[in-house]
Amino acid sequence: MSNTYLFDYSPVFLGVLLGAGLVGSLLLLARLLAPRRREALKGATYECGILPVAGHNWMQFHVRYYLFAILFLIFEVETVFMFPWAVILQTLGNTAFIEMMLFLAILTFGLAYAWKKGVLEWER
Amino acid sequence: MTLPADIDALVRLFVVANVVLLVVLVLIYIERKVLAHIQQRLGPMRTGFHGILQTPADAIKLLIKEDLTPQSADRWVFQLAPFLVFVPIFMMFVTIPFTGELVVRNLDLGIFYLVAFSSLHVVGLLMAGWGSDNKYALLGGVRAAAQLISFELPLAFAILGVVVWSGSLNLKEIVELQTGIPFLLLQPLGVLIFLVASLAELSRTPFDIPTAESEVIGGPLVEYSGMRWSIFMLAEYASLFATAAIAAAIYLGGWEWPFAPRAGELDGWAARLAGVTWFVIKTLGLIILVFWLRGTLPRLRIDQLMGFAWKMLIPFSFINLIITAAAVVYGGVILLAGWLATGGFAYAVYIRSRR
Repeated sequence: MSNTYLFDYSPVFLGVLLGAGLVGSLLLLARLLAPRRREALKGATYECGILPVAGHNWMQFHVRYYLFAILFLIFEVETVFMFPWAVILQTLGNTAFIEMMLFLAILTFGLAYAWKKGVLEWER
Repeated sequence: MTLPADIDALVRLFVVANVVLLVVLVLIYIERKVLAHIQQRLGPMRTGFHGILQTPADAIKLLIKEDLTPQSADRWVFQLAPFLVFVPIFMMFVTIPFTGELVVRNLDLGIFYLVAFSSLHVVGLLMAGWGSDNKYALLGGVRAAAQLISFELPLAFAILGVVVWSGSLNLKEIVELQTGIPFLLLQPLGVLIFLVASLAELSRTPFDIPTAESEVIGGPLVEYSGMRWSIFMLAEYASLFATAAIAAAIYLGGWEWPFAPRAGELDGWAARLAGVTWFVIKTLGLIILVFWLRGTLPRLRIDQLMGFAWKMLIPFSFINLIITAAAVVYGGVILLAGWLATGGFAYAVYIRSRR
């Protein structure tokens, strides 16, 4: 890994700057062109026509979203492991294949457990 | 003429930014026309020849609309969200190849980089939902998060199938490996999973649950207006373009398949033009397929959606990966046998579910 390797990725940083600059300049343009007239009701929360309740409108939502997020984290970490494995599988051959299948089997068992426990069911 | 690498990259990025903006304008027009004709309407007809100036007119209208921030909103989160939705999607274009040389930078991590950035805008949607301080926006935001992370997995696993088969993450190498047979034929299951999962990643109908008008009235976008709102739309169409371009590259043979001009057959510019033509045909074909699906299918319910992701797509994407990996290690015959067995299994399940 030479010193120049990281410079290959300089467009990535330029991309962040250019993308943010694009959004920023569009918003700036809108700020210069668009009218700005403040009225009390314009700043009210949209509630399909009825007046909003005083205070914040953050409401409860189901804990199920959280369970899905945890399940996702486990499997996403697995994909991070699998990408390097996938690249060199052809050279590593048999051993790497069996090892990754064991890893996959353990995680599939986890998915089957979550399934059995009813985590994947939306209605209960 | 050779420029220093960074200046060259900056020029290319600037060109790509303009191309993306232009393509978004064209795509919105095409979508309205395709949907209109599916529904036996004409679509926009008045502004310019067959309404061709409708999208620029809409863009100008959005530019001079008042930009509102709700009083009770979490101001910073609300105003930062458009950036966090658009920038990751724009960054995907750093390594999306239009042809072999028309690319900002052909990163070695190519496809891995794309998988990483394709899922990052979920943070922006969640922030938009939370920051708006609106019931509908919050519900839409958490729905978007749940849907996007669930379909991220089958998407990544479908792409892993391609990576295992080609042994490379570099998009240029992946395309060059497809000069004989495109991966569409070697990865039939992977293509299906990729298409369905990326439809869900893009929140397109039938998976537009986060922004469902009849349930959460636009979801995270309820409180946005004017330019801020149109940046979300810009991001949506830009990511549609990006996803179609990726699919064209990794499954349809990119700029080379079905035939590329051999060396010496065409001079530089004609060869480039041929590559761009293949790219445009494939990408536009995939995008029109997405519009067609929007005109045809009704929206799913959220329980159907999540069940489909975790109980169907993820197990099948595991099978896809296992068969491909086994074929790479133990010989290509397994690939054919595997797909036949999977097809038979899926058919048997389908028959049983029909009883």
